[in-house]
Amino acid sequence: MDEQRETGFFDSVEEVSDRLAEVGYLASTAVATTVFLADRLGKPLLVEGPAGVGKTELAKAVAAVAGARLVRLQCYEGVDESRALYEWNHAKQLLRITAGREESWEQARTDIFGEEFLLPRPLLTAIRGSEPTVLLIDETDKADVEVEGLLLEVLSDFQVTVPELGTITAERRPFVLLTSNASRELSEALRRRCLFLHLDFPDPELEVRIVRSRVPGLDQVLAESVVAAVGALRAMELRKAPSVAETIDWARTLLALGADTLDDAVVRRSLGVILKHQEDLRRAAEKLTLV
Amino acid sequence: MSSVAARLTSFVQALRANALRVGPAETVDAAQVLAVLGLADRERLREGLAAALLRAHGQRSVFDATFDLYFPSRVGEPEVAQRREELTVEELREQLAAALAAGDSAAMAQLAALAVGALGAFGQAPDAPGTPGAGGWSAHQTLDRLRPQILLARVLAALREGRGGARPSELTERIEPDEIRRRIEAFRTLVATEARRRSAELRGTDEIARRAVAPSVEQIDFLFAGREQLAELRRAVRPLSRKLATRLAAHRRRAARGRIDVRRTVRRSLGTGGVPLRPAYRRRRPQRPELVLLCDVSSSVAGFSDFTMLLVQALREEFSRVRVFAFVNRIDEVTELLGPGGGDPGELARRILAEATVLGYHPYSDYGSALGEFLERYREAVGPRSSVLILGDARNNNRDPNLPALRQLARQSRRVHWLNPEPPASWSTGDSAALAYAGVVAMHPCRNARQLGELITRLLPL
Repeated sequence: MDEQRETGFFDSVEEVSDRLAEVGYLASTAVATTVFLADRLGKPLLVEGPAGVGKTELAKAVAAVAGARLVRLQCYEGVDESRALYEWNHAKQLLRITAGREESWEQARTDIFGEEFLLPRPLLTAIRGSEPTVLLIDETDKADVEVEGLLLEVLSDFQVTVPELGTITAERRPFVLLTSNASRELSEALRRRCLFLHLDFPDPELEVRIVRSRVPGLDQVLAESVVAAVGALRAMELRKAPSVAETIDWARTLLALGADTLDDAVVRRSLGVILKHQEDLRRAAEKLTLV
Repeated sequence: MSSVAARLTSFVQALRANALRVGPAETVDAAQVLAVLGLADRERLREGLAAALLRAHGQRSVFDATFDLYFPSRVGEPEVAQRREELTVEELREQLAAALAAGDSAAMAQLAALAVGALGAFGQAPDAPGTPGAGGWSAHQTLDRLRPQILLARVLAALREGRGGARPSELTERIEPDEIRRRIEAFRTLVATEARRRSAELRGTDEIARRAVAPSVEQIDFLFAGREQLAELRRAVRPLSRKLATRLAAHRRRAARGRIDVRRTVRRSLGTGGVPLRPAYRRRRPQRPELVLLCDVSSSVAGFSDFTMLLVQALREEFSRVRVFAFVNRIDEVTELLGPGGGDPGELARRILAEATVLGYHPYSDYGSALGEFLERYREAVGPRSSVLILGDARNNNRDPNLPALRQLARQSRRVHWLNPEPPASWSTGDSAALAYAGVVAMHPCRNARQLGELITRLLPL
């Protein structure tokens, strides 16, 4: 393997899951394996899945474990080159030109397109530094198709071309994680450059562990029945299935209410914590026959 | 290593044969994954290869089935099966009930292997490997003899006993059966995997991979979809409608940049000394697309109409005015039934049959009289701005197709599209009047979720 390609955060799959667990992220086999591969092969990792399963959390956990700085590019409709890559500081350039009235155009031109007048945006920031970096490109599907083209150069060669300055190549590859909610199909070209991970709701056993690690006061039996109930809700056809974050919220609520078993009255009172649509609430109450 | 490389390439080829697009670059990635992970841990290898070879989640089931064929967990009969004497069906059930109650997936996998060995053999004795032809291992036969679904009561009783005297909350008791049903469903999948694996040993992996791997959801034919697949399709609809919404929104945004409005641009330029710095665009009057759907809900297209209803339900949020009519041989408006709070989507078809007047004196579809009745009763629903979608197989049971009614409909509306769940090859075979109708309006084959998604985005008025 090419020595420069890997980001070199981890040595084995076990190490990934152990160290992620230390910072409170319990990873499944799939997550641990793909994170290890992304690190080892130096490829970006595209994580897709429903909202609230911990996609963004994964990037934060990796950054925390590796002691790397986290650079985040939040995508939205209309995000463009000047928001994602770099921008020239026009105001400062104007000031520089007015300050040096006497000098020739040649001098001014070489000067105003220097590093000093460059405003680096997340993508350039992630590539320029020499310290270990985790680059999180969040909600990639929200960005327009043109931005994907921009990402292609960055993600395949880890370099950025600024016409006035030349090509800037990464001294040290960042660990790149892209997330997507699949509201738009990402282009085939972008997908081909990434490793793909579909992050789904964790299996019950893992979810019980997650809940108990986040809500330490909760006893095993209640955690199990909470997870079972959430599992039943996810199996229904709801507008918004409860996410892991909501399971944790619910567990906290139950703890605060002082409930020791999951009975009808408690569930009816607290169902609003995990279901956010009136229609869902009605349907769930009907299915669970909470009268 | 070369034998591993050969295995990997034939694995990739099998994936391609199942309509997964896997390029050479992905294959190289997969080879690197193999080199990094090694063959020691099978589950890690599975996840690693999936990360390198897959590009969308819908492909996962195909991938898993193919992976099990090319990277089997063991060869020949599992050890447990050799150790034990012939197990009776009752003993198997006993053990399975215990495993289900404990939710022990490792034990379930072992039992699946045992069950296939004991109950799944058919035809010639499969102890002569390499002889093709008769004989093999059948998941269907195994499950038919074992009938894991009857274990539900037993498992629940075991769970209750396991808790001892402590009474669980009522809620836990109520959701438990569903959980056990899901576990039984998982066991069925395990049996299918095991049967495929053993058959592969008998017949050669490539042969089985071509025929026995179930297609991914998007490619399932509506008309032949099973209960389970329909549920899976239903889950696929939600992202589809959301994708559609984003696309429609993008289109509307683009439409907002239109032609220059000269009068307003000149007017505006007065403020900047006559230089038109900020051009004014002609405002488009927001179009209110109207959609009228006529759905065949007869039993011959049950899978299709069930699915389209769901999509329509999702579309209602995007279109200002959608009216939905259902018919078998009489037609009735069902827009209300599909409204918000319309209840479980799976139940829709049943409710439509129960609450709307779609049947006359006989239960057979009659497109001719349904179209005629539509014009009679709901003529005002279709205007020059409305697009009409007709969903059905045009199997008219040899009655009068009533082409003039369809012509009238086409004249009166902006456009009419007909989505037919049958392939063009079988149009107008038997009692189908598809070609006659296709002469009047545009008819499109629409056999699976992928085609439906493509058609809807292409045809919908914007």
